[in-house]
Amino acid sequence: MNITPEEVDRIAKLARLNFDQTQKKKLQEELSSILDYVGQLKSIESKVPLAANHDPAAVNLMRDDVVVVTADPEEFLAQSPDRQGNFVKVKSILE
Amino acid sequence: MDFTDLTVKSAAELLAHKKISAKELFEMSLKRIRQVDDKIHAFLYVAQEQAKQQAVEADQLIADGEGFALTGIPYAVKDNILVKGMQATAGSKILENYKATYDATVIKKLQLENPVIMGKTNLDEFGMGVSTENSAFGPTKNPYDLTRVPGGSSGGSAAAVAAGEVLFALGTDTGGSSRQPASLCGVVGFKPTYGRASRYGLIPLGSSLDQPGVLAKTVEDAAIVFQIMAGSDVHDSTTLPKPVPDYSAFLKPDVKGLRVGVPKEYFIEGIQPEVRQIVEQGIAKFQDLGAIVEEMSLPNAMHALSAYYIILPVEISANLSRYDGIRYGLSVPGKNLEEGYFQTRSQGFGAEVKRRIMIGTYASSAGYYDAYYKKAKQVQVLIKQDFARAFERYDLIVTPTSPSTAFKFGEKTADPIQAYLEDIFTVALNIAGVPGLVVPAGLTSQGLPVGLQIIAPHFAEEKLFWAGHALEQALNLKLKPNL
Repeated sequence: MNITPEEVDRIAKLARLNFDQTQKKKLQEELSSILDYVGQLKSIESKVPLAANHDPAAVNLMRDDVVVVTADPEEFLAQSPDRQGNFVKVKSILE
Repeated sequence: MDFTDLTVKSAAELLAHKKISAKELFEMSLKRIRQVDDKIHAFLYVAQEQAKQQAVEADQLIADGEGFALTGIPYAVKDNILVKGMQATAGSKILENYKATYDATVIKKLQLENPVIMGKTNLDEFGMGVSTENSAFGPTKNPYDLTRVPGGSSGGSAAAVAAGEVLFALGTDTGGSSRQPASLCGVVGFKPTYGRASRYGLIPLGSSLDQPGVLAKTVEDAAIVFQIMAGSDVHDSTTLPKPVPDYSAFLKPDVKGLRVGVPKEYFIEGIQPEVRQIVEQGIAKFQDLGAIVEEMSLPNAMHALSAYYIILPVEISANLSRYDGIRYGLSVPGKNLEEGYFQTRSQGFGAEVKRRIMIGTYASSAGYYDAYYKKAKQVQVLIKQDFARAFERYDLIVTPTSPSTAFKFGEKTADPIQAYLEDIFTVALNIAGVPGLVVPAGLTSQGLPVGLQIIAPHFAEEKLFWAGHALEQALNLKLKPNL
């Protein structure tokens, strides 16, 4: 199959990735050949219920709804590239 | 005493009999790292001060009569597993300056026995690769031949154990990432049943496939280590609350009456003749040890690779969307919020990561979801059914681990599919959720290791340790690279 340059653009936008023209050309070829390879599955007769993917032995693991102190908020906040007091700072969403 | 000859078991005995101290073990491990890591680059970070402190604490515990199987044992941790206060780069520029704010559950469990973390090991970025060539911090080299790859993605952990830098190492395994490097580096590699050990604190790759893994010198060591890691976790709702058996009770020298299936689909064209020969000799050894060996079929197993390279990228595209430059990690500012996302991700991720995000985004996007993702999930059911049927008749399945021995740097980088094919024998286990163990089975005429893969039913890890230990004892290889 052939992935078109427009499709590469569409997927890159969804994935929040930028590529230059050379990278796009290369990706177009690579994605096409990978999708050809994995597309082999299309020929397999597989009319099975997807529910069979669930392990009947699997149960929800529940824990009590109580507050547990995990780490000092400072440790988490210290990782953020931009902060203001006890808040992580982000660029404005509405302009 | 040669540190590189020690195992977890033998070092623990020396510690218990006061023939060595944890501090001395730490110093020997550090000395070995200083001696060989310039050549192999297994470590991304050596935790010298912290490790020294842990060793001193371990000696105190042993002196107080509170030593356990792992107290004072030096080990290494793959750099996609969180150890509080230490870096966890996952081999990516995007997490270059990240420091873990908590311990992964498997680390927390191990640390109850106070082993000594010597540092963090190299990997393909986020675990995406089969050679460590996709690490943003340069590749690890195979201790058996420095011109060849160690396998991946847990290549740093496998090389560190093979080179005798540490006594064991933790890896992760999403499609073979602990087993294939074990095979290529001549060490034991273990992947548990999906749900047997906690994923909490493992940097996610494919959440429905990931498991923590163990790289060790002997099967017994892997069993000792995994004994402590196994079990359910309130922080990982996909773990199952099943009792964990005493694995050491299963380590017997023979496999009398054990029914072993050998799937014919795994001995395909394209497998290196010497790999095939060494694996077949290993299988014959099982027969000598009393197992009933039969050829059988896993008709859908070879479709696992295609299913894997749909399911995994789809999960990657979702899991890696968290790297947005806002809360942690690399942040490249843009003129608005969205442009910041684009800049951060485009500069922070390597080529293979981007490729897989693109594949996953495509395969799960409107109009393609049914043809790719849904189809792959249906084929997953067929593969699970294959294994379920096989395990009605057989206790274990034995296969090669990888079609080839360690390859040269650059040999499989031009065409992504060539690299993907490295995992053709290992991915079916992750797709089916069953556990696997790789045991060194021999060296080729070029002196490159080959590992044999043993597969067991869900939650039957003890059978892997049993058969693996028996095979290892019978083969008595005692592999060691010349470094």
